[in-house]
Amino acid sequence: MDAVTSAPARIILICSGKGGVGKTTLTANLGIALARLGERTVVLDADFGLRNLDLLLGLENRIVYTAQEVLAETCRLEQALVKHKQEPNLALLPAGNPRMLEWLTPEDMQRIVAMVAERADFVLIDCPAGIEDGFKNAAAAAREAIVITTPEVSAVRDADRVIGLLNTRGVAPVQLVLNRVRPKMMASQEMLGVDDVTDILALPLVGLVVEDEQVIVSTNRGEPLTLNGNGSPAAKAYQNIAKRLRGEDIPLEDPSKARKGLRARLMNKIRKTTGLF
Amino acid sequence: MTLFDFIQRLLGRQKPSGTMAKERLQLVLAHDRSDLNPELLEQMRREILEVVQRYVEIDIEEGDVSLETEDRVTALVANLPIKRARPLPALVAAAAAVGMAQAPDPEAPQELALPLACEPTEDPSPAAADPV
Ligand SMILES: Nc1ncnc2c1ncn2[C@@H]1O[C@H](COP(=O)(O)OP(=O)(O)O)[C@@H](O)[C@H]1O
Ligand SMILES: [Mg+2]
Repeated sequence: MDAVTSAPARIILICSGKGGVGKTTLTANLGIALARLGERTVVLDADFGLRNLDLLLGLENRIVYTAQEVLAETCRLEQALVKHKQEPNLALLPAGNPRMLEWLTPEDMQRIVAMVAERADFVLIDCPAGIEDGFKNAAAAAREAIVITTPEVSAVRDADRVIGLLNTRGVAPVQLVLNRVRPKMMASQEMLGVDDVTDILALPLVGLVVEDEQVIVSTNRGEPLTLNGNGSPAAKAYQNIAKRLRGEDIPLEDPSKARKGLRARLMNKIRKTTGLF
Repeated sequence: MTLFDFIQRLLGRQKPSGTMAKERLQLVLAHDRSDLNPELLEQMRREILEVVQRYVEIDIEEGDVSLETEDRVTALVANLPIKRARPLPALVAAAAAVGMAQAPDPEAPQELALPLACEPTEDPSPAAADPV
């Protein structure tokens, strides 16, 4: 990465309110996908109390410094940025160290993000769960946001809370990713549908990610799905989100309504009216 | 879905759980967004009915004041069936009591929807004031 800047960096907060809905997985996969598209990308782990973005990226053994040392001027930014070996357009910066829970303030966050943004096209901030100080710090430097939720009542309710806070802060645009979609359950209306969630939250949808076992496999390996051109449904979904963020017009298909042949259409209809299987 | 659920649905006794989820969410979000708890809403309902009763006779039992939400806009919706308007002298007195020059039209609309400011506000700590 060189320090030549063109357009200002896109600084995107990845948040959800509720924990465990897929923020860190999205940040890792989106980071790799953007990097592969040639964007200089920095993923910032603002969830430093429970950091695990390093694990998902397979970079856990390479962290020496954090944003904390950069701000204290005990190291240079280049030393703290952990470059990904296979995808050198991507670098990870941990905001802090799990043993030090107190140091980060919104001003710290603004300073470090401003430094990083000078040498990046995209800065993705992995937000901690909750709507308290951790969220406020992480959100302090964000220009835009992606809210991720699953089609479950508690996750949608918490997402709504976060959207309200982002709106009062003037963060825009705020876009939605719906994660862990189960097309069969949606088709039989035993799960909130895609339209239900977008109606309720009134946000534009930037991605739909189905429930996919490959996500777990890739997490075990420390290799995001988008790294090795894996053709799994979730991998494609993450790649499409990256392209949409860059302004490409990739149509969104509701997997619970995906109907191909006549047979599939018929089955879908039966499923809808009876709720069977 | 269990066989029992399936039969219940065929008989029309049970809504699919996805539909229930949506309905429950819409209700709870209307309250979350307005920061009004059920107690405050009930108090407001009673006060609104009191005011309205000065002008028209309404059926207290049927009166309904609730929060509804659509597109992140929450509205206070009152549905108050009117039995009849009060006689004119009473109307003038009621209008005067609230400082209005003229008595309002007795053919008042039965439903009023007041949009509420719906975004929660953060405590304005100087730190969070301006991210840019
Ligand atoms: N689309 C998906 N399919 C299957 N499992 C998923 C999916 N998205 C996330 N997960 C799993 O859900 C768990 C929580 O994800 P994570 O990204 O750590 O959430 P968060 O950062 O919001 O707490 C992880 O075990 C992850 O593997
Ligand atoms: Mg996380």
